[in-house]
Amino acid sequence: MSDVLMIGIKVAAVLAAFLTLPLLVGQLEHKAMAHMQGRLGPMYAGGFHGWAQLVADGVKFLQKEAVIPAAADARVFRLAPAVALIPYLLVLVVIPIGPGLVAESLDAGLFFALAVTGVGVVGMLMAAWASANKYSLLGGLRGAAQLLAYELPFVLAAASVAMAAGTLSLVGIVEAWNPWWLLWQAPAMVIFFVAGMAEIRRPPFDMPLADSELVFGYLTEYGGLRFAFMLLAEYAGIVVVCALTTVLFLGGWRGPFLSNELGPLWTILKIFALSFVVIWARVSYPRLREDQLQRLAWQGLVPIALGQLVLTGVVVTVNS
Amino acid sequence: MSDLPGGGLARGLLITLRTLSRRTATQQYPDVQPKLPPRSRGVIGLLEENCTVCMLCARECPDWCIYIDSHKETQTPAIEGGRERQRNVLDRFAIDFSLCMYCGICIDVCPFDALFWAPEFEYSEYDIREMTHEKDRLAEWTRAVPPPPAHDPNGAAG
Repeated sequence: MSDVLMIGIKVAAVLAAFLTLPLLVGQLEHKAMAHMQGRLGPMYAGGFHGWAQLVADGVKFLQKEAVIPAAADARVFRLAPAVALIPYLLVLVVIPIGPGLVAESLDAGLFFALAVTGVGVVGMLMAAWASANKYSLLGGLRGAAQLLAYELPFVLAAASVAMAAGTLSLVGIVEAWNPWWLLWQAPAMVIFFVAGMAEIRRPPFDMPLADSELVFGYLTEYGGLRFAFMLLAEYAGIVVVCALTTVLFLGGWRGPFLSNELGPLWTILKIFALSFVVIWARVSYPRLREDQLQRLAWQGLVPIALGQLVLTGVVVTVNS
Repeated sequence: MSDLPGGGLARGLLITLRTLSRRTATQQYPDVQPKLPPRSRGVIGLLEENCTVCMLCARECPDWCIYIDSHKETQTPAIEGGRERQRNVLDRFAIDFSLCMYCGICIDVCPFDALFWAPEFEYSEYDIREMTHEKDRLAEWTRAVPPPPAHDPNGAAG
């Protein structure tokens, strides 16, 4: 009985985090982006500085008609937003936010997280193909190319940290973490973060969406609640990538003081600091062209990631 | 700084961060009224008493947006045996602000100071026909005209 209760509490906690954190990041994006552009951002919804803007947006999306194009593959079209969204929910299950505070501590947690994050891209490809729209398809192809290019440095950078910690468990990695890693694993951290941003197709890596040339890429035919789910998947993706970077490279719940008592606070703080960097990069940089995107991955990130892997291997071998 | 590799990227981040730290230029308009310069050109007001129906404004208007109707009245002579004089009486004076391009030529050209710029600007309408302001509405705008600036004591002698 207590097991069932425990599972219920854990599921509720993960679901609550999944539903609130992306909205908080979205609101942060609204406001930070506005002020970076010399604007105020939403000011009316909810009364105080537009805090309820995303709630209002959600209500608006709910009221909209759910349109499925006549030529679309209706079942796949309907399923795609769920396939894009649910993997990020599953990743949150294995992310530890404090000492002992993790919904499900897997021995191969890192492997699970990377594999499941990759599934989110399948949702995008389903949306692209099922829409029966040339812009959607082009966006989907670009997204597939981007996935191929960036999944490699993403995994290599994560492998470096797993080698350094000697474990694939996310909890184990945080426990093995040492402040010295900030320097030693710095290239891997940058690569992981950049590749993660490309993986969730955030600007400046939003070539699959590219609203100025592909209408809205694979989301062109989506509207209403399905579009809202796709959008939620993007923000959940930010949370997941930032959480993974926090856990792998920034020491998770470890802070400068009171790591055991304030653990969850440190984790959340780091996640939001990284989310701010994601938003910051979006505001500061123009979109990378498709060839620049591929060049950055294959000629920049992959060689550096391999170099980091060699460095990590040498240091670990010498130390042991 | 831009000479270093990646310096341009750092500069981009710095610029957005600097903008973030500054106050925004946004004016919350319907809640907060904008601070306009004292003689802003918002709307044109008519001082009916000064109008002699000379029609100069209507003829000079590049958009032909001023409508004037009038009739002549014969005045009885002021003294016994004097000559009868005729004067124009204004029946209708209207400006169609949906056509007006706010050039102000009518105001400049008026020889009798019957037209004025007023700083009011909140007169948008849902129906374009409502944008034609008749003379009673134009007289209201005249009330919003700020008083003329005081004479410069060094300007004209005596």
